[in-house]
Amino acid sequence: MNLEEIKSQIEVRVPGCRLEILPNSSPSGQHSLLVDGEHAFAVASFLRDGASPHFDFCSNVTGIDWPLKDVSTKVKVKKLVDGVEKDVDEVVKSQTGGYLEVVYHLFSIEQREGPVVLRVRTEDRAERVHVPSLTPIWRSAEFQEREIFDLYGVLFDGHPDLRRLLMWEGFVDHPMRRDYVEPDDYEYEPTAHDEVLKRAQAHRPAAEGGL
Amino acid sequence: MSTLTDASVDTISNTSSDHLSGELLEISMGPQHPSTHGVFRMNVTLDGEKVVKLKPVFGYLHRNHEKIAESESYLGCMPYTDRLDYICSITNNWAYALAVETLAGIKVPERAEYLRVITGELTRLQNHAGLIGFLMQDMGASGTPLMYAFREREKILDLFEALTGARMMCNYMRFGGCRCDLPAGWLDGAKKVVDGFPKFLDEFESLLKTNEILMARTQGIGIVTKAQAINAGLSGPMARASGVDYDLRKVDKYGIYDRFNFRVPLGEIGDVYDRYMLRVLEMRESVEILKQAIRDLPEGPIIDPNTKIRGFRPKPGEAYGRIEGPKGELGFYLISDGSPNPYRYRVRPPTLINLTLLEDMCLGHNVADIVIILGSIDIVLGEVDR
Repeated sequence: MNLEEIKSQIEVRVPGCRLEILPNSSPSGQHSLLVDGEHAFAVASFLRDGASPHFDFCSNVTGIDWPLKDVSTKVKVKKLVDGVEKDVDEVVKSQTGGYLEVVYHLFSIEQREGPVVLRVRTEDRAERVHVPSLTPIWRSAEFQEREIFDLYGVLFDGHPDLRRLLMWEGFVDHPMRRDYVEPDDYEYEPTAHDEVLKRAQAHRPAAEGGL
Repeated sequence: MSTLTDASVDTISNTSSDHLSGELLEISMGPQHPSTHGVFRMNVTLDGEKVVKLKPVFGYLHRNHEKIAESESYLGCMPYTDRLDYICSITNNWAYALAVETLAGIKVPERAEYLRVITGELTRLQNHAGLIGFLMQDMGASGTPLMYAFREREKILDLFEALTGARMMCNYMRFGGCRCDLPAGWLDGAKKVVDGFPKFLDEFESLLKTNEILMARTQGIGIVTKAQAINAGLSGPMARASGVDYDLRKVDKYGIYDRFNFRVPLGEIGDVYDRYMLRVLEMRESVEILKQAIRDLPEGPIIDPNTKIRGFRPKPGEAYGRIEGPKGELGFYLISDGSPNPYRYRVRPPTLINLTLLEDMCLGHNVADIVIILGSIDIVLGEVDR
């Protein structure tokens, strides 16, 4: 099984979808297929029912946070220095990330193939965090997508029951994000003392004892 | 003495079906409940004794294991994996070690592979023994079967203690091999436990296999079809009880599992009885694997000498490694950005995903059956909530 083959299969059957193979440089050789959010549902349902082999088993669903990051890479550029052409190192600045990513690991039970790694990205990390839910296709994504919504804040359109899974109702923010800061009154010690106690008490109203 | 005529009996039964439908009752089962095997809660809606709705509530043991791991070194994550499914710490270590080995392309020496199989299969034995004991307990067979099962489990835990220093939090594996070699006489002890195990299973089975109460309580309860099981991502004994022929020891052949001769038992109906029976049969196969592994155990190094365990920095990339844990497919998904800490560390918890169909399994059954169905899924909250 070859990811290129699967890609060309999808391109024939799901017209207009934008696919990209993201190479994986580690020895695992598990390359992944990036799908645009608009066509993710059609691609997934093709992978389950139409592709050969059928990817009927969606094993692992997970989120990843990629905050905006400045990357500077050195590039050799030919330049005229004192009238002579020379190779000069030049630093090119660019930005990567700035989105949340949902990763699906798909397997085929009959043909015993896999994993095919499917990736879907949100447009940014603040407002446009919608991706289509694949729970109607693979029920195994139900709790895992809820967990991603809970811990990363990705909104899954079409999920039958999108609620927090692990954190409690009424909790704000999404703790698995890279830039998450725990609230000031967070008592991380069972018996808070010193610094932690001071910070926690500052949040209590004076009537309850305050500071 | 009843003096009702036939006609009046008819009238009474007609009224009851037409007019006596009572209000629905909502109860919160758990999080502190002896049958939930930890802090797990189900919001159950009942019509009389029948379940009409069931919503599981998670998170009571949530500690954001995955976030903690992002600030730990690769080696530092290893002891944390013990605390996931705290019944089977060795297979958790194995799954994590396998994921790191896939990520960095590490080869494991032969002896270490054998040690992994031996300790891994012993873990499966003690997990399944404990589980069927608890399942009997959930059914109301208070104490005795559980104590029988725990007596056997104890012998295996003694072996773990002699080998790793801990009975449950073993922290035995490292990427590239195992932490320590066998102490003197350990293999003989293991051989004795393994050889004695089928006798325990026979005895256990003779007490329970044809027990009428067991059959009545478990057969036809909580059925999952094959198609449902695949679509809901069920794995391990849960999926195989429904007839899904998918055992990662046969499919991925990770480690050295292609060298052993063993069969994969499959269920037909996918009810609680099949799940119970499948585990018994799986234990018999594990015993076969153990006998072969103990017989063939070679000499040699137990850890890859070229792997730098401390200050380990894999090249940027990602890997998904998975093993057939006693509870199902336990996977670890790692992303490295070239730093000493994993950029992303994800645990694919088999028990959380096996709970996906809990509501479907319980609908239409009695409250007492919820307890058995939950017991047959084999959950450990340390792993469900992470």
